[in-house]
Amino acid sequence: MSDSSLTARLSRATGGATNLQLMLVCIAVLIAMSFANPRFLNAYNFESMAFFLPELGILSVAVMIAMLTGGIDLSIVGLANLAAITAGLFFQRMGGAEAGIGSVLIGIAIALSVGLLGGILNGLLISRLRITPILATLGTGQVFTGLALVLTGGPAIVGFPAAWNAIGNAKLGPIPLPFVIFIAVCLGVWLLLSRTAFGLQLMLIGTNPRAAVFAGINRARMLLYSYALTGVLAALAGIILSGRTNAAKSDYGASYLLQAVLIAVLGGTNPAGGRGNVLGVVLALISLVMLSSGFQMMRVSNHLIDFIWGAFLIGVLVLNYLLSGRRAG
Amino acid sequence: MSAETAWWKSTEAMVAGILLLAMVLIGLVNPAFWSLENLFSLARSNVVIGIMALGVLLVMISGGIDVSFPAFAAAAAYLVVRAMVDWGWSTGVLVPFLLATLLGAAMGLVNATLVWKLRMIPLIVTLGTAAMARGLLNGVVGTSNVNINKYPKSLIAFGKTDLITLTNAKGASFGLPATVLAYLGLALVIHLVLSRTMIGRSVYAYGASPEAAKRVGFKTGRTLIFVYVTAGALAGFAGLLQSSMIWMANPRDFVGWELDVIAAVVLGGASIFGGRGSVLGTMLGVFILVMIKNSLILMGIDTTWQRVVVGLMLIAAVALTALRDRKAIV
Repeated sequence: MSDSSLTARLSRATGGATNLQLMLVCIAVLIAMSFANPRFLNAYNFESMAFFLPELGILSVAVMIAMLTGGIDLSIVGLANLAAITAGLFFQRMGGAEAGIGSVLIGIAIALSVGLLGGILNGLLISRLRITPILATLGTGQVFTGLALVLTGGPAIVGFPAAWNAIGNAKLGPIPLPFVIFIAVCLGVWLLLSRTAFGLQLMLIGTNPRAAVFAGINRARMLLYSYALTGVLAALAGIILSGRTNAAKSDYGASYLLQAVLIAVLGGTNPAGGRGNVLGVVLALISLVMLSSGFQMMRVSNHLIDFIWGAFLIGVLVLNYLLSGRRAG
Repeated sequence: MSAETAWWKSTEAMVAGILLLAMVLIGLVNPAFWSLENLFSLARSNVVIGIMALGVLLVMISGGIDVSFPAFAAAAAYLVVRAMVDWGWSTGVLVPFLLATLLGAAMGLVNATLVWKLRMIPLIVTLGTAAMARGLLNGVVGTSNVNINKYPKSLIAFGKTDLITLTNAKGASFGLPATVLAYLGLALVIHLVLSRTMIGRSVYAYGASPEAAKRVGFKTGRTLIFVYVTAGALAGFAGLLQSSMIWMANPRDFVGWELDVIAAVVLGGASIFGGRGSVLGTMLGVFILVMIKNSLILMGIDTTWQRVVVGLMLIAAVALTALRDRKAIV
């Protein structure tokens, strides 16, 4: 991106949370947590983080994509659960935990299709009916969660097939499979955003929607594609979550929404659109997951960790403001 | 759209029309809808969500959105009740409600400062402050409910007060709670402030165009403080009111209420882009939402459908307002 005054202003507005700064934050967290916990620098701990982090990471990337056009997707967690539950109901018909690898492949296709359809629904509401993304996805999020509740009647679906659970628990050599999937998603989204016309057009829509329209970009179609992609990523996160826990429920992962928004913003994504990159999101994700894991080792209660996440979000906003040197009039 | 449109073309009249239609339909499906017992219980369910909606209305007119008020309501109510129980205060009703309102206002001030100074999207600010409020409350103060056996007697008596008490066919008594008056009074105050005072007009001006509001001489920082502090104060008050009506203080209460309240305010014709919205419309929107949620059982629909219905209502309402507000190319 050229360093024109507009991008410079934008980068200041979002705090210039450059990837270098984020890398330093990441290393600082690593050092602080290693000093605070002797057991932190332990292969087992990093392995458990690598199992836990992908679902949150994929959701954060999904939020980032929605933010690129100046939107947001508050329905991701509901959609993730709905996708996993739909697949779970399919497996129950196919013999539950005994279902074969063929059924699992169909189940994955079903879950991803649910994500795609949900994303397309969001995209249509936002691009065709021109509903504000916040309200459209707040509404669809309720509908998705509500449908998940209607489908299950409340309790969790348990007993997924072994091949499905492998998605969340297997290892490729020393590396957890979900982490491999996460890296693949990051590479894919990075290529899509930085090396294709699609990515460039998304950025332009977020930077200046009016100019994008005059430049001949089909805004409605771009929005539709971006929310469809967000939906598919949400479903993928749902697959990994239910594979890891061998269960699917309508209210799993409720706290992921705030965390995903926080990670996207912290990773240098501008919620007003036009700016964001995968590497920043990954660095922010790793910092926060290490922070969380370190505090958990210090036996800080989960509630206080929620507080820390919220405080971190506000702290980053304040820091960005101070760094940007802008003063309210 | 001109400001001089006839009253029957106003958003409020449209919402009232939908409300009447829905009432007739529900009444046809189940005549029990029109029983006084059901109507009183509807009125009762309107109170807390309605007071919160007044706060969200202010925020929305100013062009923002607030998802922190449920956390603030839970925090204010729980802190006050816990203080009363643990420290053995028996201070009547006024002081606790004043305290809860002040606590809410103080938390609202944090939102106001952040939105004003950081010029950050209110959604993100309030997501953060909500997580902080809930995290601190549950992590530091506690997660256990204050149940009816320990709950302050004065608040129970207050929450139980009825304006009218009647007896149904089975001999059980039911009534119209006095807290309805608190809701109506607050609604009137907010309506008067919005329509008759300079600060009220500045909220509309800021919501329609922050820059223009500043140029015509409104102190926009003061406007934002008024909006978020009032929203916080209303949330704190409503939190304790709810707690006194159910005789229990639950520090994890109000989870997910933001959707219902925002849906109600949008149903009532407020625009998330700011500058539009009225107290009457909001009250009608609250009534529609509460009525449809409560009537699902009367209409023989399983309650698991509630969230789906609320979500669909929100989408329908915003789609209608989006069609109404459609003007620019983007």
